[in-house]
Amino acid sequence: MPLLSYRDAIRQALAEELERDANVVIMGEEVAQFDGAYKVTEGLLAKFGPNRILDTPISEAGFIGMGVGASMLGIRPVMELMFWSFYSVCFDQILNNAANLRYMSGGAINCPIVVRGPANGGTNVGATHSHTPENVLANHPGLKVVCPATAYDAKGLMKSAIRDNDPVMFLENTILYGDKWEVPEGEYLIPLGKADIKREGTDLTIVAHGRSVINSLAAALLLEQEHDISVEVVDLRSIRPLDEETVLASVRKTHRVLLVDENKPFCGVGAQLAFMIQDKAFDDLDAPIRRVSAIDAPSIYSPPAEAEQLPTPQRILRAAIEVLK
Amino acid sequence: MSTPAEKQDTEGISTLGARSAPINAGLSAEERIGLYRMMVRIRRFEERSLRAYQAKKIGGFLHLYIGQEALAVGCCSLMGPNDHVITAYRDHGHALAVGMDMKPLMAELYGKTTGCSKGKGGSMHFFDPSKNYWGGHGIVGGQVPLGTGIAYALKYRGLKGACMTFMGDGAVNQGAVHEAYNLAALWQLPVIFVIENNGYSMGTSQARSSAGELARRAEAYGMDWAVCEGHDVYEVRATMDRFLTEARERSKPAVVEIRTYRYRGHSVADPDNTYRSKAEIEEYKHTKDPIHLFHNALIAEGVLDEAAAAKIDEEARAEADVSANFAEASPFPTVEEISQDVYWEEDHPSEKKSQGRIFFS
Repeated sequence: MPLLSYRDAIRQALAEELERDANVVIMGEEVAQFDGAYKVTEGLLAKFGPNRILDTPISEAGFIGMGVGASMLGIRPVMELMFWSFYSVCFDQILNNAANLRYMSGGAINCPIVVRGPANGGTNVGATHSHTPENVLANHPGLKVVCPATAYDAKGLMKSAIRDNDPVMFLENTILYGDKWEVPEGEYLIPLGKADIKREGTDLTIVAHGRSVINSLAAALLLEQEHDISVEVVDLRSIRPLDEETVLASVRKTHRVLLVDENKPFCGVGAQLAFMIQDKAFDDLDAPIRRVSAIDAPSIYSPPAEAEQLPTPQRILRAAIEVLK
Repeated sequence: MSTPAEKQDTEGISTLGARSAPINAGLSAEERIGLYRMMVRIRRFEERSLRAYQAKKIGGFLHLYIGQEALAVGCCSLMGPNDHVITAYRDHGHALAVGMDMKPLMAELYGKTTGCSKGKGGSMHFFDPSKNYWGGHGIVGGQVPLGTGIAYALKYRGLKGACMTFMGDGAVNQGAVHEAYNLAALWQLPVIFVIENNGYSMGTSQARSSAGELARRAEAYGMDWAVCEGHDVYEVRATMDRFLTEARERSKPAVVEIRTYRYRGHSVADPDNTYRSKAEIEEYKHTKDPIHLFHNALIAEGVLDEAAAAKIDEEARAEADVSANFAEASPFPTVEEISQDVYWEEDHPSEKKSQGRIFFS
């Protein structure tokens, strides 16, 4: 099976959907002539032309709102936020308009828009550019939220997101863009709301999403090699809808849970998962649920300190051992 | 746009320019009466909804359109099949003007399932996509990028239409409005930004909130602009027709400021005694009431007589009462219905592709 980078896999998904549906257009800052700030859209302008691939001014409230408006009439805009951190300047358009329009119109309207871009820390760009808003977005009924960890998942989920008739927030990761994974040739779709067991195990369940899945897999390998602990890693892939059943099945198998995500801990995705697991599988738990999140402060610039602020394989490993004590 | 010299007779209605503009000269007697009837229906609907509010049948906010009727009616009367409308929260007049029925509008105010938004939107969030009416938006200026997107979709599809994107005079200072202006001008989108200038952004007068001339800000973006008087339905139509034609035929965006006035407070919660005088309101009512002026104009034209006008008024009052009775008799949404109309996919289970849990109650 050919190896494809996470970046190239997303681009393939975009190109296939542009080919398939004339209603799909791509808009964002530097997505066309510049070939994308992170080269996700490289070559699409040459292939699909300026009517389909559009450079916008630096004007997120304007162009995200414009995309939402166009989607009401059945256009399927895929909007790039150069960084998801910039959602703060188009909060009203995403969280008041895209999320609420269907509801406030009593179901008369739907907004088939995708908003995509990287949402991660770990690149030494300081607090303004390192937000992970999946918890904030998922707190708004009306939105769907996806956080792929691998190239294979990113492609299949992006194609499903573009075809979805609801607004889908697609959170990528600049650190993962270059990672290569096996991706089959030809078309495939991954449904939203379906988790994936990235590693099977028997002693502990780690639930993670996005790059935390990769770090959890690294920790799982160390736990096996150095501590003879068998870890199951559940990759949520989609935050809303949420695949509770796959998580609960794993909990019922291992009876111990560690939640890992890059979110800040307070009201993060892990908080919802911890509530859900105690609510639905309390009797299956042999130990309290533990959690590894970003250290609770704005994202620090200093490169070595930032590496420690985020969940590292070593922090995950230490927390896993705590759960198993 | 008529010039001041040719505009006013003693009653304040246009005499030469606007009335004889081709878009108005071609109106049949029936069509003229139709414009009048629509303005009367809006006023009687609003008065009836105010009574319902005072009787505690309506919750939350209620922003009345009384005084501004000629504006929505003039603009929406020009709509062709590919023309669209989006506006802010003072949205009842536009809803009627695009052809929505009174009953679902009143039922929406009452929070009933028979409302145009099934009781989920309320006064500020009326919608009817089948009439090219896209709301009804609560956040000042938030709808302006959406209207620009509707215009983008029209252009992308190659349709000859325009989106009239209404906002109040308070919206012009919102960043999203300027971002939308820039995009519309940059991409030459068929959108007309209509500033309904009633002089007050809530309780702050234009002089205390906005620097410079509101519509002239269009010049910075290279867009055409104009100012016209909103109490004169003929003038509204003549002005808007010019810009709508440019938008439909040549995809040209524009900003049109239409001067108008509201008789009631910002919302019914506004006691309306802190920022303007009663004398100011009374003066406008006596010199520029859009319905009164158009009534006189149609009588002078020989199109309308007092008996016919009285009948129109009586019918509008009766229709408003019927809508209130309809609303009263309709059911409230059930607890189960709270979770419907959130996701398209959940509302269409046979076409559902996603898995997992989407609601967390």
